[in-house]
Amino acid sequence: MYEALQGFIGYMLSGFSALTIQQAFMICLGGGLIYLGIAKGYEPLLLLPIGFGAILTNLPLTGLMEPGGLLRFFYDYGVKTGIFPALIFIGIGAMTDFGPLLENPKILLLGAAGQFGIFLTLGLALALGFSKLDAVAVGIIGACDGPTAIYVTSKYAPHLLGAVSVAAYSYMSLVPLIQPPIMKYLTTEKEKNIIMKAPKSPASKRVRIIFPIAVTIIACLVAPKGAPLMGMIMLGNLLRESGVVGRLVGAAENEITNVVTLFLGICIGATMQAEQFLKLKTLMVLCLGFIAICLGTATGLMFGKLMSKLSRGKINPLIGAAGISAYPMAARVVQIEGFKYNKRSYLLMHAMGANTGGQIGSVMAAGIMLSVLEALKIV
Amino acid sequence: MGKWEFGLTIAVVGMGGTMLALYFLSIVISVLKKLFPHKKESQS
Repeated sequence: MYEALQGFIGYMLSGFSALTIQQAFMICLGGGLIYLGIAKGYEPLLLLPIGFGAILTNLPLTGLMEPGGLLRFFYDYGVKTGIFPALIFIGIGAMTDFGPLLENPKILLLGAAGQFGIFLTLGLALALGFSKLDAVAVGIIGACDGPTAIYVTSKYAPHLLGAVSVAAYSYMSLVPLIQPPIMKYLTTEKEKNIIMKAPKSPASKRVRIIFPIAVTIIACLVAPKGAPLMGMIMLGNLLRESGVVGRLVGAAENEITNVVTLFLGICIGATMQAEQFLKLKTLMVLCLGFIAICLGTATGLMFGKLMSKLSRGKINPLIGAAGISAYPMAARVVQIEGFKYNKRSYLLMHAMGANTGGQIGSVMAAGIMLSVLEALKIV
Repeated sequence: MGKWEFGLTIAVVGMGGTMLALYFLSIVISVLKKLFPHKKESQS
């Protein structure tokens, strides 16, 4: 009787005795992410499940991320295969209005310039000793596009998935704090005060319908490896613009996106296992991710300045900051900052155009990068 | 392929490719807008 009781108590306490300090730290970190999501409102839709996933995966003896474990099952079938990011992209496409971009197509170039941070950070990561594929995963944080970062990292550097995802989503939510100082120092007073005229050439319904089809064809011909991402985002947008499948648009915007976001978040959290996450490399990824977003903002602004010069002052370079893909946060930041410098300046629609251009640009950049990796026989 | 050669290749092809692809796309959009211009709805 005594032995049975002792065995039972021993069994009950085995979890406590197996808990390492590193795991305890990660559980606290998971709690911290949940706190940021609930109390501070930083990307709660993702930080909450990520935080909870981090807590779950660091509880000893649960076996949740071991082969056959529940979280491992979600991870293998949803993240590793690239299905979750692709499904989220259908929702993003259904939610995105490319109208402001179609009104002024030249602004699409700002969406390309905003992605330069990816490649500059990739070089920096290589210089710091990251392997080629790890550097690609770190650089992609500069896209400021969560699903793209997850897709690329899960394919080529899955051991960095936790760090890259947390960095991507955390910095996306911190865009209102990260971008304004860069915008302030990289533009002159004269440039900040430029008032942009409202675009006067809206796109017809036919153009809005043909646009996602054309983008898909061009993007997949240029960078076939980006097809799962670009194809899904444009499918979502075609559903929206067609105007005949309201139920599917509703499902893409709500049910599909919500369910997948939940599972994706848990899976990302589940990759934050103490032994993999608590490394110097994680800290380096977080630092490089921050640099990537700063560089993307800076290159977008610099290209905005160039466009401003070429257009003889008709373009306010501040909209270049929206060339990164943090939609629609970056566009809102541009509007707020522009309005701060000139109370008659309304940059929101122009910035929305650059921001949606950034979405296309980030997926295109990722697709090109993946295609180059394959062409160079690195993967 | 060495690290630096790889970094330079992917940076040049990546930045150049993204810029060229989006430039081409902006031209396609402009052509589409010319082919299918927006018509103002007639006011009753």
